[in-house]
Amino acid sequence: MSNEQNIQINLANIPQLLAHAIALENEASERYADLADLMEAHNNYDVASLFKKMSGIEQLHVNHIQEMVKRHRIKALPTVTYHWLSPEGPETTDTTDLHYLMNPRQALKLAMYNEQRACDYYANIAAHTQDEETRRLAQELSAEEAEHVGMVRVWMDKYPEPEADWDQDDDPPFQPD
Amino acid sequence: MSMTAETVNKPTPADYRSGIKPIWCPGCGDYSVLLEITKALATLELRSEEVAIISGIGCSSRIPAYSSCYGFHGVHGRALPVATGLKVARPDLTVIATGGDGDGFSIGGNHFLHACRRNVNITYIVMDNQVYGMTKGQASPTTDPDWDSVLTPGGTGIRAFQPLVIALASGANFVARGFAGDPAGTTNMIIEGIRHPGFSFIQILSPCATFRPDQREWRNMVREAPVPFTNDPSRAANRIMTDDGFNIGILYRGDRPPYETGRKGTPRDIDTIAEEFSV
Repeated sequence: MSNEQNIQINLANIPQLLAHAIALENEASERYADLADLMEAHNNYDVASLFKKMSGIEQLHVNHIQEMVKRHRIKALPTVTYHWLSPEGPETTDTTDLHYLMNPRQALKLAMYNEQRACDYYANIAAHTQDEETRRLAQELSAEEAEHVGMVRVWMDKYPEPEADWDQDDDPPFQPD
Repeated sequence: MSMTAETVNKPTPADYRSGIKPIWCPGCGDYSVLLEITKALATLELRSEEVAIISGIGCSSRIPAYSSCYGFHGVHGRALPVATGLKVARPDLTVIATGGDGDGFSIGGNHFLHACRRNVNITYIVMDNQVYGMTKGQASPTTDPDWDSVLTPGGTGIRAFQPLVIALASGANFVARGFAGDPAGTTNMIIEGIRHPGFSFIQILSPCATFRPDQREWRNMVREAPVPFTNDPSRAANRIMTDDGFNIGILYRGDRPPYETGRKGTPRDIDTIAEEFSV
């Protein structure tokens, strides 16, 4: 029950920003991997495969940010309490937005929403930090996320819109204990 | 993650997950509750071996398998007797019972009443989706009387069970209602429930994406309870009976002493006990 629009994220320095960046990409990657497993258990292999790919892509983003840590000659990232705009990291998929019959286009729509939230999150930091270097890096990260939004949109457009009755199932899952 | 040593030593929610992959339907609220329980345990910094998660039967009762804590996936409706027995025998453990509305309020309804009454220091988390999901969507005790479905055309016409009020009337010492899609609020509620002495009952509204797609709307319907919790059970009951079922938060914190667990009386050797039964 949070009001994202009223929250201002004020990070003091680059190590704090990169600690948040790694945490949010890791959380996103782990969530996509979990969701891939759920989809596989329900025989939705197209979406399972897509979520696995997304998990891998987020892991590449973790590596990318770890390179930034090295580039800034940071020996160890600080211990921080993470400040998000919502209860979970901005790239973490909301688990209640899913359905076992969803198609890849619907899944990519969620991914695009996540990338947009990450873009907005870094923009929020850029707008509120007092440190000029941190602002520049937050803007850089926000721009990268905006680029991801565009890439996911192109990917999404390769898939058709779902049929009107896409979630109708005459024989829904039976889960023996 | 290359954090400092302090960060590495603190438990993370992932430390409380087993390697078993959940098979809940994508979109199921129970998955969120699993994450919320693991977040609560990490915040409390309990070790896995200090916690036991006990369940009955149903979708939500799968949780022990997905956790690295001690677990017991038991008999339908019987999570609470097992949890009670365990806590009495091993008061050092943090005991959490989990399950669904059918398991807890129908098959295990009688155990629910008496667990509240005994006030043993355990936390009972019920993932309430108002349907028997695992067996394909029959109406449960908390289903609204007018829920129209293939299996209950026109609805059951039967008044829904009111678990929070029943818990209060029966003597539960902590009563709360959460929503699976509110990770921060529900995690905090679980933490507070575990910390509070005595029987803590937490009803978590947990949407069933497959058999109750209408529950997707719950996210727009839940709201924080407009007043803080009370320690007066009659006032709490009045508030609960007059809300629409979507006020979430800690609603009642009692101060009734919990049932005293651990060994009572003087230990006797087995021969003395056997002598009493000799014929």
